[in-house]
Amino acid sequence: MDATTAITGFVALYIFMLAAFTGYEIIGRVPAILHTPLMSGSNFVHGIVVVGAIWALLNAATPLEQTIGFIGVLLGAGNAAGGYVVTDRMLDMFKSSDRQD
Amino acid sequence: MVSFLIAAAFFVATLLFIYGLKRMASPVTAPSGIRVAGWGMVIAVAAAFLYAFDVRPAASEHLGTNFLLALVALGIGVAWAWRSGKRVEMTGMPQMVALYNGMGGGAAAAIAAVELYSGNAQAYGFVVTVLALVGGLIGAVALSGSIVAWAKLDGRLNRTLRFNAQQLVNGGLLALAALFALYVLIVGAGAVPTTAITLFFIAALVLGVLLTTPIGGADMPVVISLYNAFTGLAVAFEGFVLQNPAMIIAGTVVGSAGTLLTFLMAKAMNRSVSNVIFSNFGEEDDGSGGIEGSMKSVDASDAAISMYYGSKVIIVPGYGLAVAQAQHKLYEFVKLLQKQGVEVAFAIHPVAGRMPGHMNVLLAEAGIPYDIIHDLEDINEEFALSDAALVIGANDVVNPAARTNESSPIYGMPILNVDYAQQAFVVKRGQGRGYSGVENELFFADNTHMVYGDAQKVMVEMIEAVKSLGNG
Repeated sequence: MDATTAITGFVALYIFMLAAFTGYEIIGRVPAILHTPLMSGSNFVHGIVVVGAIWALLNAATPLEQTIGFIGVLLGAGNAAGGYVVTDRMLDMFKSSDRQD
Repeated sequence: MVSFLIAAAFFVATLLFIYGLKRMASPVTAPSGIRVAGWGMVIAVAAAFLYAFDVRPAASEHLGTNFLLALVALGIGVAWAWRSGKRVEMTGMPQMVALYNGMGGGAAAAIAAVELYSGNAQAYGFVVTVLALVGGLIGAVALSGSIVAWAKLDGRLNRTLRFNAQQLVNGGLLALAALFALYVLIVGAGAVPTTAITLFFIAALVLGVLLTTPIGGADMPVVISLYNAFTGLAVAFEGFVLQNPAMIIAGTVVGSAGTLLTFLMAKAMNRSVSNVIFSNFGEEDDGSGGIEGSMKSVDASDAAISMYYGSKVIIVPGYGLAVAQAQHKLYEFVKLLQKQGVEVAFAIHPVAGRMPGHMNVLLAEAGIPYDIIHDLEDINEEFALSDAALVIGANDVVNPAARTNESSPIYGMPILNVDYAQQAFVVKRGQGRGYSGVENELFFADNTHMVYGDAQKVMVEMIEAVKSLGNG
């Protein structure tokens, strides 16, 4: 839990606010033709949840926690890997149309 | 030292995520964008195993088992998702995105569950417990809701389950979940109320199912996008619980981006997000009463020849084109027209396909260059100037009732003005209605001709017709 400096109170709120604006700005500029790959790409990015699931599983102390942690890592890994493959395949198709933007 | 390494790795990973997402903003840099973000993920996951050096005292005796379990879970999850992701057809993309997204929501809910069952969240105080509960609720709703969305889009669940006072039941479930959450909060750092936590998660999962089942297939893109934003938020909240900045930032970025995308999509259909979720689309009167006239059909070859001698043709592709796998044949036909000097453009409705931009992906798959593919706003004026419009497998997005018939359920949705073209050819499998179940006036118009048949077969006939002209 304290591998990094604690993020609490207003620091947490600042991070939340800045990240929210970052997300808004990134999507706002994307052309409609990329909306599907981008939804899939952002789907991949929240696959970072697998990292938290790994932490939870490593810190599990009872069979119940171990079971839930195991499921969490399984699901998180599926989110990350699946999101990556699907996005990569979609974007590959844009590469094949050999025009400049 | 270890904690510094972990923190540094997460910093780099977060940087790569944001940089990668930014590169996805342009078709030229997008393929490298996902790779950049992918490396970020690899670094973050590798660093996560360094947590093993710093586990809670209670877990230290299980460390070996847990480490092994984590590796196995990671291996199975990655292997399964990698294979299924490689195999899925491009037309099946939306449901796979829904499924992977649901898994992310489930992982966030699992983290919340572990932290609540172990009493760790409660030990860190009120705020952390609230965040764990809210993240758990949203994650669980995203999990069960996404699975229903996947089942619907995949054709495994065709029924739209609706019953009276559904919103009342949903509200009741939410209140019930809130009640259990409140109980967990009141007990706080005392004895862990295992039953209440379990009931809390069950209520959330059932809520996700009941929220999603009444929503019709045509509205699914909005729902998938919404659940994508949900999962992002859930990940961010659990990130606060675990004090993991990479999860907080990545989750929040996705949460806000997904929310904006959801509203953009709903706007494209001229509906509010709450209208999508709480109204029963596709159930009301189909508004077909006043349509006069009859449908006229024409042979594929005649339609092809008439386009061949035109000077400007606009093609409106729909999901039916993709289902018939006719994109490649269509492009072959387009190239023949272009060789003859016909100006060809593609008009894409924002909700063509099953997700926004889905049709662009399907056309890109066939190698159609994206500089002849246009959005609704860019091309709608040009229909009046075109000799012919060719509609393939699209229906609701070209229905003039959206402009004229106030009683129609799709009234107010922006449509492609195919009816303004000199003439329109509509390739369609049969006389059935569109996804929304609404009758289409365009098909009855004087200058519209129907070309019945499977899109792929029709395109082959069109190609042959034009080729025989070239030879003769």
